[in-house]
Amino acid sequence: MKQIVVISGKGGTGKTITTGAFAALAKNKVMADCDVDAADLHLLLSPDIKERHEFKSGKSAVIDKKLCVRCGKCISICRFDAISEDFVVDPVSCEGCAFCSHICPNGSIKMKENMAGEWFLSDTRFGPLVHAKLGIAEENSGKLVASVRKKAKELAEKNKADWVIIDGAPGIGCPVIASLSGIDCAIVVTEPTISGLHDADRVIRVARHFSVPVKLIINKYDLNPDMTMEIEKYCGDNNIQALGRIGFDKSIVDAMVNARTIIEHKDSKAKEEIITIWSKIEKELS
Amino acid sequence: MIIAVASGKGGTGKTTIATNLALSLKNVQLLDCDVEEPNSHIFIKPEIKTKVPSHIPVPEVDLGRCTFCGKCQEVCEYNAMAVLKDNVLVFSELCHGCGACSFLCPQKAIKEVKREIGVVEIGANGDLQFVHGRLNIGEAMSPPLIRAVKEYINPSKTVIIDAPPGTSCPVIESIKGSDFCILVTEPTPFGLNDLVLAVEVLRKLKIPFGVVINRSDLGNKDTYAYCKKEKIRILMEIPFKKEIAMAYSKGVPIVEELKEYKKEFTKMYEKIKS
Repeated sequence: MKQIVVISGKGGTGKTITTGAFAALAKNKVMADCDVDAADLHLLLSPDIKERHEFKSGKSAVIDKKLCVRCGKCISICRFDAISEDFVVDPVSCEGCAFCSHICPNGSIKMKENMAGEWFLSDTRFGPLVHAKLGIAEENSGKLVASVRKKAKELAEKNKADWVIIDGAPGIGCPVIASLSGIDCAIVVTEPTISGLHDADRVIRVARHFSVPVKLIINKYDLNPDMTMEIEKYCGDNNIQALGRIGFDKSIVDAMVNARTIIEHKDSKAKEEIITIWSKIEKELS
Repeated sequence: MIIAVASGKGGTGKTTIATNLALSLKNVQLLDCDVEEPNSHIFIKPEIKTKVPSHIPVPEVDLGRCTFCGKCQEVCEYNAMAVLKDNVLVFSELCHGCGACSFLCPQKAIKEVKREIGVVEIGANGDLQFVHGRLNIGEAMSPPLIRAVKEYINPSKTVIIDAPPGTSCPVIESIKGSDFCILVTEPTPFGLNDLVLAVEVLRKLKIPFGVVINRSDLGNKDTYAYCKKEKIRILMEIPFKKEIAMAYSKGVPIVEELKEYKKEFTKMYEKIKS
């Protein structure tokens, strides 16, 4: 069983479109959406939710007004400016460190566990999907990613699946790092822009920092062919396999509007290009 | 006035809006708070004058004083301390720097040392002041660096904040305290799904907001219907143009390539102020 994750550094380069296409093309697989704070893969896969699980993580301080003597100790030690002058905790700023609850002389501060989100196990027309929804303005997206991945891996082992195909998050921070652990190959989708290359380079360095092999796809390559060549040169210089190019194609948006993957949509150049790319991945990883 | 630019979905045009707005107004300070993938500098081309490494405090245990009582492990909510029989392990990448362990150690055996998580770079292009952060590779937590960038906010300026994508802690850290937030979206199912999440965030934070619809001729009309139903103001629409995509790819701001857009951005600012 191979686990692959699609990441990009920069947002909006086509991670989810690519993941959706791989989901349609791969045989015997489990899918996971690890972009837990702005998940979109479900819009292509129309999941039928079979199981729902609460994701509890992190804590917030709550001050009992009746016990509080307004001594101000909690305000003075809180490094996250989470306690107001009238002794109310802002749950958004509170990091749940519990320092205040330990030093409060009256024991008037209690820590309450957060409902930080939910994760789901679903059926789709391509097989099982594990996905999640982080609560609005919640933290610990990395832990939620880890929960989603754990379930997807268990399921893949149980079903003797050949692939776990994971849609990653943009950026290089905690959800991305959580989505890279134990991965066989990270597929970086980028676009031929200075920002696209700048951000791909940073996320590639993160993947390598965690010893995860990387391959790269250039999406919308024809928007700037010179930049596409520059990215391919970057790949050559850094010993990264460039898997291929996908052209800018309005049918990608049409497919999305119809809640379909590009593979299920009418024939297009982009569809052919992505099929070629998947067959390379399949050949090289299995 | 502090104006944040956020989106939910990535790649909808936050940086485009933030940088072009900054270039269209006078007396501006632009803060790029997308410290994981900062891109505003590509368009602003600031001369960086100062680089300030950013640190978070992490514990260091004096094993000579430590009695291995286990208090630090007990109070740490992030599992960053493990007390063994004759050693204490500190997992500094898990530490949030709250200071509880060092303060509560009965032996005063813990002091705080600095761990670098990234750098804040401060510069300018002409009279446009510029600040951004660059998170170190492999570092998971961006909020402390975002806070460090925001310490440079100059209240005498019109402050524009380029936020990261998503709806979780880095976004909250970037946009909180703003007077207004511009949400940039595209009229596709992905764009709309993530716009709805971003709207929930702003309503929770009680920050006034409006929407910019980028590549307004792609996709479908659902985003417009949603904005109408939710009584959300559409501040500006930018159609998909190859010249704009090309200019973006080379790091050229729209207002340089298509000068008439300067007026559009100024108009948007007037709308936001009114």
